[in-house]
Order: sequence, then structure tokens, then C-alpha cells
Amino acid sequence: MVEWNALWEGYGWPLTVIIGQILLVAVGVLVSLAFLLLADRKIWAAVQLRRGPNVVGPFGLLQSFADFFKFALKEIIIPDGANKGVFLLAPLITFVLAFIAWAVIPFADGWVISDINVGILYIFAISSLGVYGIVMGGWASNSKYPFLGSLRSAAQMVSYEVSIGFVMVTVLLCAGSLNLSEIVRAQKNIWFFIPLFPMFVIFLVSALAETNRPPFDLAEAESELVAGYQTEYSSTPFLLFMIGEYLNIVLMCAMTVILFLGGWLPPFDMAPFTYVPEIVWFILKILLVFFFFAMVKAFVPRYRYDQLMRLGWKVFLPFSLVWVVVTAGVLTAFDLAP
Amino acid sequence: MIVQALAFYLFAAVLTAAALMVVIARNPVHSVLFLILAFFNAAGLFVLLGAEFVAMILVIVYVGAVAVLFMFVVMMLDIDFVELRQGFLNYLPAGLLVGFVLVMELILVVGAGSMNAGAPQTAVPAAPPEGMTNTEALGRILYTDYAYLFQVAGLILLAAMIGAIVLTLRAREGVRRQVIADQIARTPALGMELKDVKPGQGI
Repeated sequence: MVEWNALWEGYGWPLTVIIGQILLVAVGVLVSLAFLLLADRKIWAAVQLRRGPNVVGPFGLLQSFADFFKFALKEIIIPDGANKGVFLLAPLITFVLAFIAWAVIPFADGWVISDINVGILYIFAISSLGVYGIVMGGWASNSKYPFLGSLRSAAQMVSYEVSIGFVMVTVLLCAGSLNLSEIVRAQKNIWFFIPLFPMFVIFLVSALAETNRPPFDLAEAESELVAGYQTEYSSTPFLLFMIGEYLNIVLMCAMTVILFLGGWLPPFDMAPFTYVPEIVWFILKILLVFFFFAMVKAFVPRYRYDQLMRLGWKVFLPFSLVWVVVTAGVLTAFDLAP
Repeated sequence: MIVQALAFYLFAAVLTAAALMVVIARNPVHSVLFLILAFFNAAGLFVLLGAEFVAMILVIVYVGAVAVLFMFVVMMLDIDFVELRQGFLNYLPAGLLVGFVLVMELILVVGAGSMNAGAPQTAVPAAPPEGMTNTEALGRILYTDYAYLFQVAGLILLAAMIGAIVLTLRAREGVRRQVIADQIARTPALGMELKDVKPGQGI
């Protein structure tokens, strides 16, 4: 009996706690995603003077759940010439990768599943893997539009990762740590979007490109490629792609908040602001960035592909490279480096 | 420790199996996917060693960039699988020879340390000092003791990059390129001309 107790305390209980935390974050993120999706459509509709979804539930609040059941209950169609294994693996990879990145996101001081030392590199690694779901889906569909879409997407994501990498380097030069919680704590005095404003802009635009969000949604440009890599997908696999894509968008919002907008910190370290719980600040900031993303989708026309590549390689890359050097130089010259 | 040992054997077993599948998979795209799986498990092994920085860099550089380009190229190839298989027996002796040489070298490297009891053991990576993340430890060594070598490595990579661009660059004639500066500098006065047309006359 004693051994069983030791085993439970050594492995069983910690495992239960971790699984509980994972479930809490996963379910919380998924449910909020349902409403964020609705918010996205509502904002988009409002800009175009439409009403948006308003039938299911009050103000259409249950629209996303209705969509979920519709997708989940439909038949899965696999094209004849498709490479079945890879075809079904692709949406799963997108979905799983979008979820595991949340493991290192600090929702408030100490509220993080895994507080690893290389948190920012982990996020970078996971987001650079996101391209595989798309490329595999496009290739396995064995059809020309998905294939073209996935080729575009691969080149696009690889290009914009470079500038995102440099933006992250400037932030961690200022923060002096790769740990996401430490990066937020380093913004106690001043949020990084003020001293690093140009990098903030580059990060926001690159985040749009990295998540295939309009105006950079060339991988699924409906006027050219039907629906890009999603063309042959239906039912649950499509749903997984969709959820994965939106989760990545919300993740990029969270990353913007953590890197530049002070994470869970209140805007002023004074009485009325500090009464509000930290997680509320974090969520409010994410909503703010998400609103920005939704507005961009509503009123910026799609880029042409060569312009997209020009922006990534000829504008953002040299600019962020110079900014890394300038930041490092200033930090060393004035002895500000942490 | 049990969990770590289990994780090690899991990663090692999957790594070996994936590496084998890279060679024997019939479809080249599957080979690349197995290669990615192998990279991933190697990263897992690094994490078990406590080298989380190296693990993340492995995933970012090899899986996130190199393997994507690999896949890019392999997907676009129009490969005849039957033809690919035909050369198999011809190349088998050469492949076996290379494999044999590699195995013998590995045995020498690993065995030399343990056979000769008096000689110093093969270098064991030193753990970083207490209270220092291994990113910091790596940085302190790389940018102080090995700063020149590090710069030389960077220079070689730069030269390779420029070389690759020069080799593949071809100036095509008759291609109209977009010049953004020209477009922005255009004014209504430059772009159009207003004419006063009398009725019934035309221009």
C-alpha cells in the first residue's frame, strides 16, 4: 500500500494536475474561439453595413456552435486520387500545433502550464511548423488549386518568419530573457511597443502574413484558387483546419500582447487599475489586437503575390535587421542592457 | 528517472524507425515527412539532455526552414516510382560499403574511449553553472572565447549565400518590373491630360 501511495504522490497527482490544467486551457480557448469567430464575422459585417449572423440564439451568439454541429455531422469526403494518410494527417497537424503552442502562454503572473526557459523559441518553432499542415493538405489533395495554394503558403510563411525572428530578437535584447513571463515582467516600467514602435508594426503585419490572414490570404484566395489548400476538404477535417487557423490568429494576438503590450500588466500601476485581475487585462488586450485583425480583414484589399514577397524580403527584412543592430548598439552604448 | 528513461527509449526508438523509413519509403514525400519526424525526436533527445536551446534551434532551423524547402522541391518533382526502384540493386553494393565504413568509424569513436582505460574518457558536456540558463551559458562561450571562429563561420555562410544567388540569378530581358517609387511619385498632372473637346469634332 505504501508503494502505491508514493507512486500516486510522485507521478499520479502531478499528472492529474497537469491534465487538469491542459483541459482548462484547451476548453477555455476553444469556447472563447467560438465567440471570437462570431465577433470576427460581426465586425466584418458591420463594416460592410450588413447584420452578420443573427438567427441562431440571441444576436446570433450560438452561430459558431451551430456551425460546429453542421461540420461535425456531415460526411467526410476523401477525393479519389488523394493520398489518404497524409490527407487526413494534415488537418490534425494544423489543429494539434495550434493547441500545443498555448502551453507556454502566461495568462497572468504564474498562470502558465509550462514555464520553460526558452518559451519564445518554442512559440517560434511551433509557428514555423504551421506550414506543414497546409503544405501536406495541398499536396495530398492531388488537385491543382490546393497544390498552388500550398506552394504559395509555404513560400509566404517561410519569408515572413525571418522578420518575425528579428522582431523577437529585438524584444529579447530589451528583456534579457527567453522566458515569456520574464519578458512581460521586463515591461513593468514601459511597454515595449513605445520604444520599439517600428518593430511593433512589423510584427503585426508579419503576424497577419504568418497566419494567412487577409490582406495576405493568398493561400486561399477565392478569386484565384477556389479555396486554396482547403478546396478538397469537407466536414470535420475542414473544421480542424478552420479551428487551427483561427487558433493561430488568436495565438499571434496573444504573442503581440506578451511581446509589446505588457502581457497581464495593467496600463498604469495605480489603484483603480490594479484592482482588475491580471487575466482580465490580458484578455482585454488580446481582444483589442483581435479587433485590429478583424478590421484589417474588413477593409484592406488582398496583396498581389509579388508585392507580398517584395514587402517581406526587401522592406521588412532589411529594416528589422538594421533595427536589431540599432537596438543592440543603443543598449550597449547607454548601458541599458539587462 | 523512470519517466526520463522511458522517454529516452521512446524518442530513440521512434528516431531510429523514422530514419529507417526515410530510406525505404516508396514515396519521396513520405520520406521527407519521416525525416521531419526524425528531426523532432532528435529535438526531444536534446531536451532530455537539458539542452533545450539546441533542441528549439534544431526544430526552427531544420524542421521549420530546411525541411520545408526540401518538401517544396520534392513535391514539385514528377517522379516515376518504378524507374526509381530499378536502380536499387545497382547502387546496393556502394550503399552497403558506405554504411559499413560509417558503422566501423562509429564503433572506433565510441569504443576507443571505453577500451583504453587509461585514456581520458570521451568529452562529456559540462552542465552550465548553477542559476544560468543554457542559452546564457552558450552565449557566454560563443561570443567570448570563440568570437573569431563564430564570425568566420558567419562569413563562410554569407559567402555561400551570395554564391548561391549569383549562380541562380539570370537577368531576363523584356520583363516589366514594378517600381514602387515611380508609382507613388506619379501625380494627376503626369498621368492624364485634359482636352476640351468641341461637340461634333472629336479630338
